[in-house]
Amino acid sequence: MIDVTDRKLLNMLQHHFPLSATPFADVGEKLGLSETEVIARLKKLKQEGLIRRLGAIFDSRKLGYVSTLVAAKIPKDKIDEAVAIINRLAGVTHNYLRNHDFNVWFTITAHSEARLTELLETIRQRTGIDEMVNLPAKKTFKIRVEFKMTEHGCEIF
Amino acid sequence: MDVKFSKHEIQLIRLLQEDIPLTPRPFAEIAKCLHTDEQGVLRTIQTWQRQGVIRRFGAILSHRRAGFTANGMSVWVVPEERIDEVGEKLASFPEVSHCYHRPPFPGWPYNLFAMIHGKSREEVEEIAAKITEAIGIAEYKILYSQKELKKTSMKYFAEKSEGNSFPRLGSS
Repeated sequence: MIDVTDRKLLNMLQHHFPLSATPFADVGEKLGLSETEVIARLKKLKQEGLIRRLGAIFDSRKLGYVSTLVAAKIPKDKIDEAVAIINRLAGVTHNYLRNHDFNVWFTITAHSEARLTELLETIRQRTGIDEMVNLPAKKTFKIRVEFKMTEHGCEIF
Repeated sequence: MDVKFSKHEIQLIRLLQEDIPLTPRPFAEIAKCLHTDEQGVLRTIQTWQRQGVIRRFGAILSHRRAGFTANGMSVWVVPEERIDEVGEKLASFPEVSHCYHRPPFPGWPYNLFAMIHGKSREEVEEIAAKITEAIGIAEYKILYSQKELKKTSMKYFAEKSEGNSFPRLGSS
């Protein structure tokens, strides 16, 4: 269970992480906690899985990478095998089974367009799936989610 | 986009896309690992944040562990001339985390994608109903994730040729 202090800590560390030499002491100062306690609480939140990671989120495009969303129509009896093949590729970051004829939706990120095309071709060949549509974004309107921890649990704001 | 990063910067990216150490001087540890100084590491992070190379620095929470178990990919049929206006409006909903204009294809007329997060399917549907009202687009569908098959953070510069060795914290 998380308490009111954990909630404050999570809210602050999502959006106002101090980029200073002693970030945990600085956060502690704002919340009235010692550096040791901040670190102990973060270790617990990390262990419990509420914090997935503490670090930087890079903009893939600014690093020179390209990404896309792929929709695939895979027969039920072939899903497990095909998904195993797809997921084995490092550039595949997200993959979901969805309630539609196009039932498998995954994202691929690669260091160049050529590499992306190559990965798609590899998937096509290894899985034998030919109903696969590449849907690269023409425009990005938003990539962001902000959670706010409140007494009612976690809310999006 | 033509961006060049030095070998040294690539090493820093490799470390920052993992977890920073939960110790009093995390950036000093990172600096030590890269044989550089703490202030230099902090300055680079700040510069990258200003340039948008780093979109956000801090805690990344698990949607599911935070209670957002219903994740609906809403897809909309929007006339091309209204894409920008409708895209901006959709993006302004806090429950929408990702919003993209994508090409339609035969049998699939949907050209605007918005990921909606809710605590239940009912909640996701209520949000979609609010959106349809706000944007005046009635043709949409919500594809729920029935199963998360993979979810990882992208590891950039993960191939050996893109920079010399791989830095490992605590092994400097």
